[in-house]
Amino acid sequence: MRFDPADYELIAPGTLQAVVALLADEPGKWLPIAGGTDVMVLYTAGKLPARKLVSIWNLAELRSIEVLPNEIKIGAGCTYTELREHYVIAQEFPLLASAARWTGGIANQNRGTLGGNIANASPAADSLPALLAYEAELILVSVRGERRVPYVGFHTGYKKKKLADDELIRAICLRRGFSEYLHYSRKVGARNAQAISKVCVAALGRLRGGVGGGGDAIDDVRIALGSVAPVPLRLTEVERIVSGKSVDPELVKLARRAVAAAIQPIDDIRSTARYRAAVAGNLIAEFLEQLRATGKTA
Amino acid sequence: MTEEGIIGKSVPRKEGRDKVTGVARYIDDMTMPGMLYGATVRSQIPRGIIKKISFDPHFDWAELVTVTAQDIPGKNCIALIGDDQPCLADGKVNHPEEPILLLAHADPHLLRKAVDAVSIEYEPLPAIFTIEDSERRSQIIWGDDNTLKTFLISKGDVDGVWAKAAYIVEGEYTTGAQEQLYIENNGAIAVFDREEGITVWGSLQCPYYVHKALMALCNLPAEKIRVVQAETGGAFGGKEDYPSIIAGHAALLAMKSGQPVKIVYDRLEDMTATTKRHPSRTRHRTAVSKDGKILGGEIDFTIDGGAYATLSSVVLSRGTIHAGGPYYWPNVRIRGKAVATNAPPHGAFRGFGAPQSLFAMERHMDHIAQVVGLSPVEIRRRNFLKPGQTTTTDQTIREEIDLGKLLDRALELSAYTAKIARFAQQNKVGPIKKGMGIAAFLHGAGFTGSGERYLASVVAVEGCADGGVRVLVSSTEFGQGTNTVLCQIAAEALGLPYEDVRIAQPDTNQVPNSGPTVASRTAMVVGSLVRSAALGIKQILIASGLLGSSYSPQEFRAACRAHIAAHGELRSFARYEAPEGVFWDDQKYRGEAYASFAWAIYVAEVAVDLSTYSATVEDFVALQEVGRVLHPVLAKGQIAGGVAQGIGFALYEKVVWQNGRMQNGQMTNYIMPTSADLPPIRVFFEEMGNVHGAYGAKGIGELPMDGPAPAIVNAIEDALGTRFDSVPLMPEDIFEAVSANGDR
Amino acid sequence: MSHSSERRGQGGGNNRAKSELSLTINGKPETVRVFPMERLLDVLRQELGLTGTKEGCGEGECGSCSVLMDGKLVNSCLIPALQAAGANLTTIEGVAEGPQLSALQAAFLECGGAQCGICTPGMILSVSHLLNKKPEPTLGDIREVLAGNLCRCTGYMQIFEAVAEAARRKSSV
Repeated sequence: MRFDPADYELIAPGTLQAVVALLADEPGKWLPIAGGTDVMVLYTAGKLPARKLVSIWNLAELRSIEVLPNEIKIGAGCTYTELREHYVIAQEFPLLASAARWTGGIANQNRGTLGGNIANASPAADSLPALLAYEAELILVSVRGERRVPYVGFHTGYKKKKLADDELIRAICLRRGFSEYLHYSRKVGARNAQAISKVCVAALGRLRGGVGGGGDAIDDVRIALGSVAPVPLRLTEVERIVSGKSVDPELVKLARRAVAAAIQPIDDIRSTARYRAAVAGNLIAEFLEQLRATGKTA
Repeated sequence: MTEEGIIGKSVPRKEGRDKVTGVARYIDDMTMPGMLYGATVRSQIPRGIIKKISFDPHFDWAELVTVTAQDIPGKNCIALIGDDQPCLADGKVNHPEEPILLLAHADPHLLRKAVDAVSIEYEPLPAIFTIEDSERRSQIIWGDDNTLKTFLISKGDVDGVWAKAAYIVEGEYTTGAQEQLYIENNGAIAVFDREEGITVWGSLQCPYYVHKALMALCNLPAEKIRVVQAETGGAFGGKEDYPSIIAGHAALLAMKSGQPVKIVYDRLEDMTATTKRHPSRTRHRTAVSKDGKILGGEIDFTIDGGAYATLSSVVLSRGTIHAGGPYYWPNVRIRGKAVATNAPPHGAFRGFGAPQSLFAMERHMDHIAQVVGLSPVEIRRRNFLKPGQTTTTDQTIREEIDLGKLLDRALELSAYTAKIARFAQQNKVGPIKKGMGIAAFLHGAGFTGSGERYLASVVAVEGCADGGVRVLVSSTEFGQGTNTVLCQIAAEALGLPYEDVRIAQPDTNQVPNSGPTVASRTAMVVGSLVRSAALGIKQILIASGLLGSSYSPQEFRAACRAHIAAHGELRSFARYEAPEGVFWDDQKYRGEAYASFAWAIYVAEVAVDLSTYSATVEDFVALQEVGRVLHPVLAKGQIAGGVAQGIGFALYEKVVWQNGRMQNGQMTNYIMPTSADLPPIRVFFEEMGNVHGAYGAKGIGELPMDGPAPAIVNAIEDALGTRFDSVPLMPEDIFEAVSANGDR
Repeated sequence: MSHSSERRGQGGGNNRAKSELSLTINGKPETVRVFPMERLLDVLRQELGLTGTKEGCGEGECGSCSVLMDGKLVNSCLIPALQAAGANLTTIEGVAEGPQLSALQAAFLECGGAQCGICTPGMILSVSHLLNKKPEPTLGDIREVLAGNLCRCTGYMQIFEAVAEAARRKSSV
């Protein structure tokens, strides 16, 4: 056994208020643990530096999914299973629903949380590209109150996040109104299930005139990628190049070049930089092709 | 053939109920009073001299039991074939993760901290990691020239064929290491008693291998070593020779401490420190006639054995003998060679050399087809062995096998021709490219040549006081159905209900040595002996007048009880006898290599998605001739499971090496297929009987490992028109080849 | 520094101590004294002697440690004991109805769903979870739900058959 339970403290204060009070009391000393699907793997391997953990599993304040007319607020403690089974998420935010479906197996989906995925800050995290594409906002909470920040820019570097030592992620807000968009998501891993992604794409797009509207110019597009940089990336330069244009082979070529320039994939134990770059280009091209096809009238 | 009631039926798995209720006890489920946990301090470098072993003074070592090479009572080796592998490194190390010292304590958490508190200083020596490095001989790490073993098979006149050839086809094919990945890690528990000696319980395939190894290591006579097999959670060869090491370690700690010691590996240790499938490189040079017939050729088959010889000579033997596939070679020279590298020694894994050399042969056949301008189907048809012809070792095929017909059936079952035509059209558009691939092969069951004679297996069947019957063998159950099939055979032989027959837990104190549970020999060879021994029981009872020549089960039970009441016991032994007219020349490597071959044709349908370069098997047909299907559910399960491992070998399972150490020693990064990845695996049998096997059975456990990889890679070449000669074939490899060709 | 088997946890913190954990297992209330970061898997196997739940990988990949916690399938190797306080667990030991095997266990036996048996407890709980949610699962459902339970022996084919058979039997009851 590479870990000794005797060396660790784990407490469960039971309310959000008590947890943030603890974090304020001893900033940086307590590692929050929700479902544990990341933390416990490190712990078992003897690679968890933290010795004091505070459980935020099953805190009522983090578990709700609030559906408002213009947005939904997903509690950070919601599990992937809860995301998959929620009617509005499945209907209106399929990029997030499919990310939830791809993350681990059923047993891990029953424990892993959206907040945990964000806080763990892995560039290969399955749900983060979807949050970028939907332009999510995060509600962060501490004893000092709540603040609402755009998700983009939250991850500043490999496994780094703009979260104060005494803060917790409380909720993830997604603005509604993407029913006229094409939602495209694809994860490429070593196998069909239970795989860390080699490349992950979440993209949204809309042609002028909407679906079946006979238009062809790109009206709004958001493209996000995971596993191709130290952080999940929103490809704003690629979006700029394709916005307002019609999708044709020339545009796709330009887009591919822009993708290659925007990403910084690496060679690692799972895959190669060249492969990741090629696949990223292929998937964006596929997205653009599908986007073009939405313009066709019925 | 007489009417048989139990053979051919899918009777309930003997130990099945315990398995589905969670009652079956594996090593880590077992504890003993006063038990300590054991752990191993291992080398962090691939090769070097041990300069200094330091124990962190801030750690309290008083309570820890420590064992080094100096504590070994007997010979510091793992006795197997040669004695070159030390049990504990003594002064030098030859591979990463090589065991250096052992620690034990009652607290398994503390134990890990103790392992981390040992530091070892080395003087590193240059290490070698590839077959080519080993052949270059710039570093000699084993023997005089790094060569662990060679074999030469020579038939006819190879040198004369080149001039007559219309085509000379060359190819080089490589296969990577593969981890057995049994879901239960290696584990053993040892107890030492001054009077009784050593008792070891283990997750293992071969209790008598461990027994032999412990005798030498502990310097104890045979009667003072007892080895018991616990329920074993998968093995596939990975628990053939390795258990001698972990059992030896537990035994040494038990002897030193006087307390029971349990050693169980976690997944990282098991993956990085224990055996894997031998990586291989095969070179073919083949002379082919105008109409696509093999005139002759040279095959160089080389395997990487890792740092010590262990089982490499035997893996090499099987791979070399199978290298020619199910084809007629009028002239051939096959050079087999095993070389040493500074990696943990490679070992047995289902197929045992044959998947490696057959991968090469079946890829090469497709290559020959292209050069000659024939289809993969036709090239095989024209070269298949026929009854009366001889194999590469001059073994005459005596059974009426018709491989052409077998091929026809496989093609029909897989809708091969229709799909080839359809895919040719469909592949013109879109990123998905589909292809079909064939593999034709054979697998010899039982030990090679004189191996079975050398094993001299013994089996016993005994009557029990309650009138039932018990089978006594050292053959182990680890999922493949040993318990069930051997009880079926005994029940059939005696005309008893299956429920009346049981099988003893393999315990060297109780069971004779029926040989190791390897080489697909259990149903065929050991089963034959079980049948004989069972008939022996019947004969004893009939001769004693207690039983008539025909009887009911009740009469049998009464006779059995009466005999035991009168004589105290009722037991019959059977010993292996080599069949008549089976000759093998160990010097010339020629003759009857195996008592029987099973034959197979596998067909894979594969789709390659060129947006992600991923290959997926969409459909798989596994058709094999197996003599006799003793238990349909078990037989199908063996084939499906073996095909799944073969698919893993082809497309998913890559060992990432760095300086001789596996870098991806975790299930997150060593990828085996999940239920979401495998195609329907459609299994079909033909039965021609087998005079050398119980009720006509041939061994089938390893057969399914040989076909999937070449069938899949053949299909990928069909889909893409790109040649691949290596497995595992990863999307990254497909990408590099496809982009080099200028596509996308 | 002493290292008796009772010691553990040097220096600070009354929190580095064992505490009582109460939970219900297979319908039976249990209380154990464990460290809060003890893995639920080890609580089951070591403290409670319920060795039917297995460790195959220690990283939540193989599913051999699967149990049902409050009706949901989870990997017990990834759950700290403290988070199981008050939970209702079902392990393999709780699946059979006394001496009678469940329809699922019987189907596994008949169809060859168990070979070496080490993945079987987790597999059965996983399938149990599936059949509770979807009494008539498609092959696609089965493949998806079982993707978190690795089996090295069967190639999954006969496990799929066992599940289909169990579903058939349950629906005909």
